[in-house]
Amino acid sequence: MPALSSTLNSDESPPLAAWSEATPQRGYVHAGRLFPWFACAAAVLCSIGLFVGLAVAQTDPHQHEHYRIAFIHTPSLWLSVAIYFVTAGTAGYGLFRRQRFVSMIASALAPTGALFAFLALWTGSLWGKPIWGAWWVWEARLTAELLVLFLFLGYVALQEGIDDTRRADRASGLLALVGAFGMPLLYFAVFRWSAMYGNAPQGLAAPDSPAIAAGILLMTLGLLAYAVAATLARLRNVILKRERNSEWVVQNFGAQP
Amino acid sequence: MNWGSWSEFWAMGGDGLYVWSAYLVAVVVIFTEIAVIALTRRSILEHLGRYAKIARKERKPRNEDSRF
Repeated sequence: MPALSSTLNSDESPPLAAWSEATPQRGYVHAGRLFPWFACAAAVLCSIGLFVGLAVAQTDPHQHEHYRIAFIHTPSLWLSVAIYFVTAGTAGYGLFRRQRFVSMIASALAPTGALFAFLALWTGSLWGKPIWGAWWVWEARLTAELLVLFLFLGYVALQEGIDDTRRADRASGLLALVGAFGMPLLYFAVFRWSAMYGNAPQGLAAPDSPAIAAGILLMTLGLLAYAVAATLARLRNVILKRERNSEWVVQNFGAQP
Repeated sequence: MNWGSWSEFWAMGGDGLYVWSAYLVAVVVIFTEIAVIALTRRSILEHLGRYAKIARKERKPRNEDSRF
């Protein structure tokens, strides 16, 4: 797309005007440029992380090999919560400052957040069955993560279900913000109640084992890079869909069969 | 390295069912997401092309009318 990159390089709009009508177009170009870097980083880091976690790290004396689920479970859990806060933040900013582009970022983030919340629950279940003896228990931490998944699904459903994007952003942004205010409560509940249930995972060798720590760190960075890459790719879709009537989209993409 | 052979690696000390199904689910979900994003992009580009064609066809007669 020569036309796209030339409009980016030209000084038609001053770079200091952070948000303008041209923001989605520039965001589209930048997302396309950043995408390959994050995709490559994700592939490399996840490959090394899986190798370290599944092949190098030693067997745990208590949990034997079951603990190896942690290399996918823990990063998914962290990322789902982190992505939730970024989604709520961007959705809230877009809502109150009326920034279309920031709302688009929130819309692009949510499905990947839902994916990680689902993975955290599913792999946690596969970890809980052999260690706790149950696929699922109604406990504060698990319930909190289930709430995160439902908030993400609700966000996506409102985005998909409401045709008017402004109304969709308003409704889903409110949901994300309300959910974000519920998060700290659940966070404290986790630390208050976890002692009551007493089913915290038995001690892992993690602090003593650099290989386990390195595996979890590498997988977290790799999946973070994946989340960014997936969000950038989806952001390009969201921009094209929402800006379909704008001149630059019609000019650059209208001619294709 | 923690393992002596490939078969030891796949068996995961007898816990293979739980460990591998966790990773299998992760791989399936992640590659599904990648496919969905790629297919969405393709369908958006198709729609944009069709949309532009219809818009061009509809515009032509109107422009001719306006000359009279």
